[in-house]
Amino acid sequence: MHEQSKEFELTAEEAAALDEIAGALGRFGQERGNLIPILQMVQERLSYLPPRAIELVASHLGMAPCEVYGVATFYNQFRFHPPGRYRIKVCLGTACHVKGGDIILENFERKLGIRDGETTPDREFSIERVACVGCCALAPVTVINETVHGHTAPSKVEGLLLGFQIERERKEREDKKHADGESQDH
Amino acid sequence: MPTGNPKTIDQAFKDLREEARTRWEELRQTPGPKFRLGLATCGIASGALNTKVALEETLAERGIMAQIRTVGCMGHCYAEPLLVVENPGFPPLLYHQVSPGKAKMIVRSFLEGGDPLFEHVLGAMEENDMIPWIMDFPRFSNEVRVITALCGVVDPEEISDYIALGGYAALARALESEPEDLIRAVEEAGLRGRGGAGFPTGKKWRLCAQAAGKRKVVICNADEGDPGAYMDRTLLESNPHQVLEGMAICARAVGARRGIVYVRAEYPLAVRLITTAVQQAEKLGLLGESILGGDFSFHVQVFRGSGAFVCGEETALLRSIEGKRGMPRHRPPFPVQEGLEGLPTVINNVKTLASVPPIVEKGPKWFRGVGTPRSPGTAVFSVVGDVVHPGLVEIPMGTTLRSLIFDVCGGIPRRKSFKAVQIGGPSGGCLPEDFLDTPIDFDSLVEAGAMMGSGGMVVMDEDACMVDVARYFLDFTQKESCGKCTFCRIGTRQILEILERMTRGEGREEDLGLLETLADVVRRGSLCGLGKTAPNPVLTSLRYFREEYEAHVREKRCPSGTCRALTAFYIDLDLCARGCDACVGCCPVEAIFTTLNRKKGIDQTLCVKCGECVAACPEEYNAVKKVSPPHLAPIVERPPVQET
Ligand SMILES: Cc1cc2nc3c(=O)[nH]c(=O)nc-3n(C[C@H](O)[C@H](O)[C@H](O)COP(=O)(O)O)c2cc1C
Ligand code: FES
Repeated sequence: MHEQSKEFELTAEEAAALDEIAGALGRFGQERGNLIPILQMVQERLSYLPPRAIELVASHLGMAPCEVYGVATFYNQFRFHPPGRYRIKVCLGTACHVKGGDIILENFERKLGIRDGETTPDREFSIERVACVGCCALAPVTVINETVHGHTAPSKVEGLLLGFQIERERKEREDKKHADGESQDH
Repeated sequence: MPTGNPKTIDQAFKDLREEARTRWEELRQTPGPKFRLGLATCGIASGALNTKVALEETLAERGIMAQIRTVGCMGHCYAEPLLVVENPGFPPLLYHQVSPGKAKMIVRSFLEGGDPLFEHVLGAMEENDMIPWIMDFPRFSNEVRVITALCGVVDPEEISDYIALGGYAALARALESEPEDLIRAVEEAGLRGRGGAGFPTGKKWRLCAQAAGKRKVVICNADEGDPGAYMDRTLLESNPHQVLEGMAICARAVGARRGIVYVRAEYPLAVRLITTAVQQAEKLGLLGESILGGDFSFHVQVFRGSGAFVCGEETALLRSIEGKRGMPRHRPPFPVQEGLEGLPTVINNVKTLASVPPIVEKGPKWFRGVGTPRSPGTAVFSVVGDVVHPGLVEIPMGTTLRSLIFDVCGGIPRRKSFKAVQIGGPSGGCLPEDFLDTPIDFDSLVEAGAMMGSGGMVVMDEDACMVDVARYFLDFTQKESCGKCTFCRIGTRQILEILERMTRGEGREEDLGLLETLADVVRRGSLCGLGKTAPNPVLTSLRYFREEYEAHVREKRCPSGTCRALTAFYIDLDLCARGCDACVGCCPVEAIFTTLNRKKGIDQTLCVKCGECVAACPEEYNAVKKVSPPHLAPIVERPPVQET
């Protein structure tokens, strides 16, 4: 299990998004009641709340950053780690629990070496637990990005991850070929 | 609405309805085949979007002009994606589990070849003498739909559908009634809050109407935090206008000008659809400034809740709208006296508000004709778990649990036996077979130790472990406790720890008594409903399934074989087939090895007890066995690794 306390570096896109956010804040009033809608807006653009964003929000509302943290950490919606490219959401709603959802969660955790709420250092995968996603008839359910995988058995976990890996390697090969082709052109 | 001379409210509404009906009739009269596809979250989860694409492609490919309408959830989640096909010359047919391939098949065989593919038909939507009518099936005929009447019928993104089928008529009437008459109608109907506690809605409205001050607020509580329930979301996704209409009527009754729909951000589709619905209603003058040209104004805004269970509690909900940590406060003052920003505020559940338009439309007497004298009307449940036909069900209050589980939902699958039903989520309880004849209403359920709660219902067969279910809910409430009250914060943690050690096989004799004591103090020492009801899952299972707790504590045995620390898997060498490798490949931790005589064994130190090998072992061998306590598993030595 690796350390999660370290801060993830902002990517170039995230830094740019942060600038946009600074602009977008102007559309919100400075009343406290805007705090949650603002945090939601930030998370929509960045998919998590990095410390720099919290500071921006705090100064817009005239609050201390720790106060903003106090509110943000109260709510399950807000995340403080960037989600992976593949966001794995394991349903642990009642129906899925009864059908062994925790075994599925454990399988993902074991295979990826991270715990729920964490992201792999290469930002490829993140694991979250979610409550009922509304298709209990397919329990146990895992949602990866927007795709719902019903009746997920532990043995399917490996297959799913393998599928993503193959997809990624193929893409890398293609990118490489592409890059090689381009460099030959010049 | 551009009008020269002022119209009466009644006339303004009649014009709107006329227009909507004309459009609806045009839709109905369009020649050619028509499709209706369920596209709520449950449908989408089952792949309905792919079905839609396949349907459109095939129709285009074949040059067939057909109408496709998308609707919300019809409640039959076991059969999603659901597709209604109207092919001229046939009654409208309901197809189940329509995969993209099946959609193509329906176009080719039914539309082009005239063969309706009976094996894929759930039933006909109308009575006819060709194909069984859906109302001949108990899953359909036992339901009484008041709140979900138009779910799966109207397009949630099309306000005109709702108006054409009678929507907003109640609001038009309410605008011309005295607020007092509206409150009295709701009182006489005996409507009780569907958010859990069953508080009389009319009384709540009256208190708010009487509260001092001109500015008042109506809030629709769509936080739905129960981890196993999804009725409120489905309602917003399937027919948001009925909820908005109920809110507007409430606002008219109590004199509010401002409304908020508080819906979880985790429900993106519901958020989008309710937002669209508000915009459409504003555009037609059914919400917003001077509704239907009269002097009543009501502005609705959508607030996305950020996923804290406790924010479903009304005072915590208010705080979170104010941008604070969602912690409940002491009541009184109640929100009807001092709510949002100190203003008198009515907070009602989605289903409560959706019950209002039918009451205003059809009258309190009619509403009282459904349900029981003390709990009139219907109850909406999401029934899931071990039942044949899980999904959303609306039944009259007073229906027995047995009738709901066995008649409506088809009973327990795979010839297993019923063990318990969990009602009301984290605040509710587990009821055993003896309670199956309990009528479903607010008071009877509380008497039995459960509660209506949110309306989540999970049916469990003989394979469920009651200690584990209690642990699951306590794990949930312990995490969701906001931390304000010591009893709730620390008490739930202590209860959880005891339950956890029981499921690990480390339970002590005194733990049973300790659980009871703790449950009692947590219940008495907590401020809000979260802590007050958190012990319910433990108390009910302790009361009705005590022997299961005793088995865990005294024999370190989990009777249903659920608790993994108390079970072990082994391979019966007499049954195992030489040379078969089915289980080896499926084991996620490589715990299965080959013995010297080419049979299989399980390394108990590696096994994570996921049960995959049980599923993988071919039925004719059935060699993988599960035992509890784990020491009953015979020891099979792993052969020494051979050097190669
Ligand atoms: C911990 C907790 C969670 C709650 N969650 C919800 C909820 O998700 N939805 C809801 O309508 N009411 C919920 N309630 C009940 C509300 O406090 C409130 O009673 C209800 O919204 C009132 O509406 P009603 O009168 O229409 O039932 C919850 C209460 C508690 C204590
Ligand atoms: S509990 Fe997992 S989908 Fe409902």
